[in-house]
Amino acid sequence: MDVHELTAGYALDALDPAERAHYEEHLSSCERCREELQGFWKVSSALAHAAGGPMPPASLRGRILEQARSERSNVIPLRRSRFAVPALSSLAAAAAVAAIGLGLWATSLSRDLDRAESERAVLGDPNARTFESANREARLVVTPSGDAALVVRTLPPAPAGKDYEIWIFEDGVARRAGLFERPGVTLLTRRIEPGQTVAVTLEADGGVDAPTGATLFTAASA
Amino acid sequence: MRRRDLAHLSDEALVALVSRSDESALAELYDRVGGIAYGLAYRILRDESLAEDAVQEAFLGLWRSAGSFIPERAKASTWILTLVHRRAVDLVRREQRRRTEPIENAPEPSEGSAEEAAWLRLERERVQAALAELPDQQREAIELAYYGGYSQAELAERLGQPLGTIKSRMFAGLARLRELLDDIDGTGAERTSWTFTS
Repeated sequence: MDVHELTAGYALDALDPAERAHYEEHLSSCERCREELQGFWKVSSALAHAAGGPMPPASLRGRILEQARSERSNVIPLRRSRFAVPALSSLAAAAAVAAIGLGLWATSLSRDLDRAESERAVLGDPNARTFESANREARLVVTPSGDAALVVRTLPPAPAGKDYEIWIFEDGVARRAGLFERPGVTLLTRRIEPGQTVAVTLEADGGVDAPTGATLFTAASA
Repeated sequence: MRRRDLAHLSDEALVALVSRSDESALAELYDRVGGIAYGLAYRILRDESLAEDAVQEAFLGLWRSAGSFIPERAKASTWILTLVHRRAVDLVRREQRRRTEPIENAPEPSEGSAEEAAWLRLERERVQAALAELPDQQREAIELAYYGGYSQAELAERLGQPLGTIKSRMFAGLARLRELLDDIDGTGAERTSWTFTS
């Protein structure tokens, strides 16, 4: 089926996750669908107003505001710390962009809501430590429990058929720790322990079992 | 509380303030949209606690990412309701707890001004009138998808129709609704004004 015809299903949130991702990718290059979606979103918004459910409990408002306040207090120390310079918070914001923008067409809204939640937990952890790569283009943020996020500032998008792969090295053994395609925030799929080194290489799409490409940058979590 | 100061701002201006971590702007947006958002989430989820979760996650998503909002693309309220809807649909699919019948005797909004309550009632009637104009099969597909959380593939199975038929019904139904709602548009033009304060 023509991908254009998924616009209605997308506006109604009636696509399955794979279709949703496929359609959002399509949106990034299709002005016609973006325009059509704007019109359909007005309709779905009208449907929302007509849903007819009950009013929320009065306590919900306070809970939301309280949670928002606590998140802000987590974020500020990170921004002010010496190593987690503004580039970090702006990259985190860029990742969160993906979370919500009606403007962001290229990524999946709900998947990114979940991912942004995990990223926020790492990047917002006031006890996390930040390690800078040797070339200063990437930072590794590690929480006390070993959850880690790699924040890459400058890197060309991976060429077609390639992915950047993250590795955790210990005693000469490399273990796979995540894939990404472009600069931004990537959560490591494994926890990291003291003394291990994180490295990034360019590999075939989907990653490989052991690194083959040149090491682009490393950061040691001493 | 600075609510009084914020009352004259557009929703979009409030989002701009939220992007600067202005809590009172977040509170004002919740006061404007939170009731509708919860009603929507409840209609889909039929569970108070899950509906609260969906609304809370959507507003916290707004709090974290307000800077990414692109006002040329949609109204702020549309953005928020889209977030709530997406979250509620994801939850209902995960929980396997779909209910599709309309909510009986939905209470009239008890908070907010009488004007707001009246406006919401009119808006509901306007949309229901437009839905009533649709052919039954198109209305059914849209209601089951939007209020029931069914995916196109699930609807095809439930209704015993080819997937392509379901997609066509949704598309035709939404396109017709767009025309109908434009014809009887009571909400007026998009807000475009922006007010920045520091």
